Amino acid sequence: MITLHWLYNLAGLMFAAFAILSALDRSNAKRLGNAAFWGLMALSLLGGDTIGDFGNGLLVLGLAGLAGFGFIGRSSPPTTGEEERQHWSDQLGNKLFLPALIIPATALLGTLLYNYTPLGEAGWIEAKRETYVFLALGVILAFGAIFAWLRPPAIAPLQEGRRLIDAIGWAAVLPQMLASLGVLFAAAGIGDAIGSLTRMVIPEGSIFLTVLVFGLGMAIFTMVMGNAFAAFPVMAAAIGVPLLIQHYGGDPAVIGAVGMLAGFCGTLMTPMAANFNLVPAALLELKDQYGVIRAQVPTALPLLAVNILLVYFLAFR
Amino acid sequence: MINYWPLIGILLVVAGFALRMNPMLVVTGSAIATGLIAAMDLHEVISTFGKAFNDNRIIAIVWIVLPVIGLLERFGLQQRAAAVIRKMRNATTGRLLILYLLYRQITAAIGLHSTAGHPQTVRPLVAPMALAAAEKQHGGLTEDEAEKVKAYSAATDNVGLFFGEDIFFAIGSIVLIQQTLATYGYSLAPLELALWAIPSAIAAFLIHGARLALLDRRLGRSGQ
Repeated sequence: MITLHWLYNLAGLMFAAFAILSALDRSNAKRLGNAAFWGLMALSLLGGDTIGDFGNGLLVLGLAGLAGFGFIGRSSPPTTGEEERQHWSDQLGNKLFLPALIIPATALLGTLLYNYTPLGEAGWIEAKRETYVFLALGVILAFGAIFAWLRPPAIAPLQEGRRLIDAIGWAAVLPQMLASLGVLFAAAGIGDAIGSLTRMVIPEGSIFLTVLVFGLGMAIFTMVMGNAFAAFPVMAAAIGVPLLIQHYGGDPAVIGAVGMLAGFCGTLMTPMAANFNLVPAALLELKDQYGVIRAQVPTALPLLAVNILLVYFLAFR
Repeated sequence: MINYWPLIGILLVVAGFALRMNPMLVVTGSAIATGLIAAMDLHEVISTFGKAFNDNRIIAIVWIVLPVIGLLERFGLQQRAAAVIRKMRNATTGRLLILYLLYRQITAAIGLHSTAGHPQTVRPLVAPMALAAAEKQHGGLTEDEAEKVKAYSAATDNVGLFFGEDIFFAIGSIVLIQQTLATYGYSLAPLELALWAIPSAIAAFLIHGARLALLDRRLGRSGQ
């Protein structure tokens, strides 16, 4: 069976190659820092299951230290210039989109075929991970197509990949760090503390104000945790179930579904949701690391208001 | 008695982000402080943090697309995306992003949320197309305007994803809602939960779509 570990190994080998190429890159003053940083990522992906929990913890401290104290920096691996790219673009025309579309198309078709045809019945892919596996397959097919057609130098994909990963830098690892912080927050009982604080501010007898606190609580706690998944069980336990459903008789399906979406409005407004908000800022090379959040707040606030009203009007019909 | 002291960990994160300290240090510092305040010993804190990091490695898999994207950029993919937009007479940044918003919501709603995203589609295709449309319509962009167009491209991907994916009944968040409410004795069908995500999805399309339509005008105004 194809499991996630195949993909960890694939990604791990890629990061190992980034580390080696970084170490050899004499044009980058911080080459050894970059090599160590991507090397630790490779170690995590290739050997994370064998170095033990404490070993993984030290690995994470190493990543944080390298990134936090300025040991990593952008590199400039060999690539083509603006003029040369324009020339290729004119020469190759719209056929250039085809290899780019191989990845999403393979992920899309593969997922559909695997789930809705007998193809998936043999269970040869780890359950619920098929999209990731087809994503990786798409990557491999795209390489095949590009190499057969354009014949770039064999090292080019790794150098180009390193160019992009160095442009993203530590932001590439931050989402995983934040997910781990969430686990520690939960272990420390932060959910219980927030839930009990929220209950203190609820006024008696007003359905609307209770819904308001529930919706705002979902959004704010999501902003703190960076993830609505962490906020939902807490808010459901503090307000959703005891007050809105049991006390006031609200519809549990509406309160659950729309309450979660109120949390998603919070996700749009927080740097804690790094993979959605900070990573793209780095990936698009924005000067303002909060630029994506700034673009989202004016959508998120009215949408939060709509979700709160939806809970109020739909759950208490 | 509930222990409120671990909330200091949250304050550390908020303060760290507000002071624009390096987020990797902020997160690590907060994690260690929170664990110690919650009466774990240092070895336990580091082990818990390390185990969680290892359990979340799935987040790192998406980076395997970078070598392909970089390779295509080498052969002018971004320039090609811009060229296509320049040829379309009616393309504007707002219209283009509204179309992408709709595409993202619909594909996410049928369970194909991982097929697009910031590395896969926004950087190589959507952002260069949106920039080209803005340049075509308003001439050269200032740096701030270019930043704004790129930021809106990423924002549109997020809004489309968040307010599309919950319509798909087999997604993680729906399962989480179902499981959480089931522990209190409410058994709900995933499809029932997914249906109630539709009104919010429509609202998200209208609100964000209206802002995208306004973006065209705002770009035009500051360009004059």
